[in-house]
Amino acid sequence: MSQSSVDDLVEAGREYSAGFVTDVETDTLPPGLNEDVIRFISQRKDEPEWLTEWRLNAFQQWQAMTEPKWPHLHYPEVDFQSISYYSAPKSQADGPRSLDEVDPELLRTYEKLGIPLHEQAALAGVVPDPDQPSSNVAVDVVFDSVSIATTFKQKLADAGVIFCPISEAVKTHPELVQKYLGSVVPQRDNFYAALNSAVFSDGSFVYIPKGVRCPMELSTYFRINERNTGQFERTLIIADAGSHVSYLEGCTAPMRDENQLHAAVVELVALEDAEIKYSTVQNWYPGDENGKGGIYNFVTKRGLCAGARAKISWTQVETGSAITWKYPSVVLRGDDSIGEFYSVALTNNRQQADTGTKMIHMGKNTRSTIVAKGISAGRSDSSYRGLVRITPTASQARNFTQCDSLLIGDLCGAHTFPYIESKNNSAIIEHEASTSKVSDDQLFACQQRGIDAEKAVSMIVNGFCKEVFRELPMEFAVEAGKLLEVSLEGAVG
Amino acid sequence: MTQQSLLEDSNLHADVGSDADSKAILKGLNLTINPGEVHAIMGPNGSGKSTLANVLSGRPGYTVTQGHVLLDQEALADLEPHERAQAGLFLAFQYPVEIPGVSNMEFLKASMDSLAKAHNAEQPDAAGFIRQVRTLAESLDLDPQFLKRGVNEGFSGGEKKRNEILQLLLLNPKMAILDETDSGLDIDALQTVAEGVNRFRNDGNGVLLITHYQRLLDYIVPDFVHVLADGQIIQSGDKNLALELEAKGYTWLT
Repeated sequence: MSQSSVDDLVEAGREYSAGFVTDVETDTLPPGLNEDVIRFISQRKDEPEWLTEWRLNAFQQWQAMTEPKWPHLHYPEVDFQSISYYSAPKSQADGPRSLDEVDPELLRTYEKLGIPLHEQAALAGVVPDPDQPSSNVAVDVVFDSVSIATTFKQKLADAGVIFCPISEAVKTHPELVQKYLGSVVPQRDNFYAALNSAVFSDGSFVYIPKGVRCPMELSTYFRINERNTGQFERTLIIADAGSHVSYLEGCTAPMRDENQLHAAVVELVALEDAEIKYSTVQNWYPGDENGKGGIYNFVTKRGLCAGARAKISWTQVETGSAITWKYPSVVLRGDDSIGEFYSVALTNNRQQADTGTKMIHMGKNTRSTIVAKGISAGRSDSSYRGLVRITPTASQARNFTQCDSLLIGDLCGAHTFPYIESKNNSAIIEHEASTSKVSDDQLFACQQRGIDAEKAVSMIVNGFCKEVFRELPMEFAVEAGKLLEVSLEGAVG
Repeated sequence: MTQQSLLEDSNLHADVGSDADSKAILKGLNLTINPGEVHAIMGPNGSGKSTLANVLSGRPGYTVTQGHVLLDQEALADLEPHERAQAGLFLAFQYPVEIPGVSNMEFLKASMDSLAKAHNAEQPDAAGFIRQVRTLAESLDLDPQFLKRGVNEGFSGGEKKRNEILQLLLLNPKMAILDETDSGLDIDALQTVAEGVNRFRNDGNGVLLITHYQRLLDYIVPDFVHVLADGQIIQSGDKNLALELEAKGYTWLT
């Protein structure tokens, strides 16, 4: 198995093992945000004028907007002028980015994290196993504000698949970027999406041509390194008619006492008969056990089933971040299109999460499934917030929602905020919810059979999450389980 | 050469509950079980039978205030519950709990692996393990399909108890405590359970049966019967003591 990022992250065990800092010279903007900063970013990326204008327009919108106050989250106000909006390793500032030119220090960083930057290294770990057809994974790596390497480019190009940093796609495929950027998440969709539209740094771009089944898993790996920087990546995935792609993103950040902001936007477009499967394993630094430090994760993810019979599936395992605010959603515009959301959100210590999904049914016979599992331990607070909207045109629409909370200890909280809006009488909407607690009796029953308490809790939590882990690409399902185990360290005892 | 005891409780005193409102339940209990022996503990409700099982297995909420317990010459006092299990102590629960989402097979494997690890032994290979568990399940009239279901999830009372016996036979501990395993069983299930316990018995291990009813002892014949009342053993005898209790009740002793 070549891609074992999460595994490597967790194997060290006791602590947040991705919490180291890489010492590279960087080209970092001083804190603050104004039109000049936006022009600087745009210029630094050598962007066409339409994009500079697009950013400036977003910035204007953002200035008129206010931070959402409705989430069930408590944190001090973010000072958006104290954040640096651009940071790049200096050695990446110019020239083409072939792997050989990447700063060795960066390469070592990713080796430590288990990301196979070298294609050879990636291949070396692959044992030809017919049961593991997806064990080569193409990776795009975003380090602070820039994408530093994309692997397997040639093999993908042979299949006609475009997988590159979005900053590159702006130049090489401007017609696609201009057509779809902001088409699913408009600039003024929400406060953080507007901010991202103004200052987005880098991110991945994927285009799967008509009828193509992407020959391998695609993956982006995000890493925040620099202090006081925000990370604002922007991902755009377009699956043309009849195509298929599975995409995974992973995230880590160094341990720092200050909070750091991460405000990403992900847009997915699935045309007729296309399918996009998007999986996230989010392990941003969660802060220490007293709630000091950690990432503020304010993310807008949305997919559009633009054509008939399109399918978009979100799977997320969220164990990191001090604050999580994200609702990966699907707009079901095409008739017979399908939206899915499978989520495990685990909070421990002082972490807070307000996460869920939106399923917007517009087409006929559209179907959506929501399975959300929240696990709260320590003094953490976890909320599920979900919207199911059936518009008047969505006849025979169906939704099934299952929303389960598991509590560990008696100092944590779990909340559910389901919203259902149905404007079509033929819709069938089901909602099931449960709250349970890992009981002392269950723990003791395991211990009496020789299983120690921590292993017992992780086994019980894994059992609770099984339905979601099943949806993850095979090599990540096991890792996700291990990640939960580490995130639960100290949750009992 | 004197024989070494398998379980030895000397002057055992134990409380239940938290410090503020704890209550003394065991008040100087003495009990020695040698390898190859089956002991039955009987007694009226509230005499401390289940407390004894909980104290021996280290369940949180129970505090030993005096005396000590040795398992195969090892003091149990400082051992965590899972360490006691690893040392060879097994408790068949009166009310086996459900663990949804964790399949029986997964649970049994985790248990076997933990015990193997504690003894620096090799973990059982998966195929052999599955075969072993299947065979055991069939011998206890458990549908092998149950192995894929969550631990005790949706099991009938009888299935839960037979599952406990399956674990007993699989883990093969030194010392087995059965806490009212007969309660709530119909006669067929009782026979299956008893047959399982008899299969477990050998010259090297010990069994402590906690029961209300003499009926179980028709199928599992004990070497010793003890009467527990108000936290102490007030009478010991052979299997005939159980018959006497059945006829006369406990009042003639207390």
